[in-house]
Amino acid sequence: MTTESKPKTHAGETMTDERMESVIGMVLRIGVTLSALVVLFGGIVYLFRHGLSPEDYRNFRGEPADYTKPSAILRSAITFHGRGIIQLGLIILIATPVVRVAFSIWAFLAERDRLYAAFTLFVLAILLYSLVGNPF
Amino acid sequence: MNVLEFTALVFVGSLAAGFLGSLTGLGGGVILVPLLTIFFKVDIRYAIGASLVSVIATSSGAAAAYVREGFSNIRIGMFLEIATTVGALTGAFLAAIIPLKAIAIIFGVVLVYSAYLSRRPRSKESRSLSPDALATKLNLNGSFPDEDGPRSYNVQNVPTGFSLMFGAGALSGLLGIGSGAVKVLAMDQAMKIPFKVSTTTSNFMIGVTAAASAGVYLSRGYIDPGLAMPVMLGVLLGSMLGATILIKAETKILRVVFSLVIVILGLQMIYKGIFGHF
Repeated sequence: MTTESKPKTHAGETMTDERMESVIGMVLRIGVTLSALVVLFGGIVYLFRHGLSPEDYRNFRGEPADYTKPSAILRSAITFHGRGIIQLGLIILIATPVVRVAFSIWAFLAERDRLYAAFTLFVLAILLYSLVGNPF
Repeated sequence: MNVLEFTALVFVGSLAAGFLGSLTGLGGGVILVPLLTIFFKVDIRYAIGASLVSVIATSSGAAAAYVREGFSNIRIGMFLEIATTVGALTGAFLAAIIPLKAIAIIFGVVLVYSAYLSRRPRSKESRSLSPDALATKLNLNGSFPDEDGPRSYNVQNVPTGFSLMFGAGALSGLLGIGSGAVKVLAMDQAMKIPFKVSTTTSNFMIGVTAAASAGVYLSRGYIDPGLAMPVMLGVLLGSMLGATILIKAETKILRVVFSLVIVILGLQMIYKGIFGHF
């Protein structure tokens, strides 16, 4: 016996827009929280080591490869470099909407909405091209 | 100034930007770049990179709350993200070839225009429009929870809205902002989507749009960890604080003041673009 009046049989298995929205909300919250914690931790390490050095952002030099390529950032983070850890946190942040889009493809397919699965796949392709393709 | 002092000051500035941005609904990203370039003398490329990162953080944080309330329409968002992400890639590409002076001027103009858009009265009339063939085919029509039960709406002028969204994406990729004002303009004014649905769907889209250009900015070396750290954490914390106070505060006067600040910063950016040296 249950007071649930909706005709859904297995609520956990059917994909509805409402369910997709709640999972998307969760993905976004986890991604932002995790990223903020990693950035904060990296920031503390960075300030401990370089807090007393002079700052210089007036002149643009561009970041060295250590902080621009995902593989190099990972290496720098593992070896406990503050700025590498911050960049890792920022990559998690940039990846959060990408994960959201990837999940939506699966969700639209589960709803048998091929048109929207195709739209979403196109958006994911653009995001991956920007992130991994290093196009320009 | 040493790194510690600089970080602390940038954090406080970003906190205020995020707080005011969320309290007034104008977004904190829009004043970050002028704040960093005019007051902290940061190179505009580093400023744009840090701003873009903070835009992803606040948009994702806010969208997480909104999607659950049932205001945002994920189909409208997903469909229009095709236009905004292509636009964002185009904008990020243009950022490398357009002179910095021109970018500063465009930024100033966009600031002044955003302030103007935010001062316009919201379209409040209850629209009962007949369904549009293309919008129906794309399954864009929806409903949202209103005071007296769910209210349905029919989306109009899809091609116009889609084109405006490409422009919004290009501005986002070029300037490192969320361009929420243009997104809301496209949905509320052109596509006749209810205001509340437009603003929440816009917020939902901003993160994906910004992520499309963030990859390019990262690989180009515009995203500096030492600068992005206090900016991202400050804006995120500030906008969270703003969202909790939002319900109680009387924001009318604050919106006027913040709009004025935006206009002044916009004019300063234009001045800097014309007479400053990059």
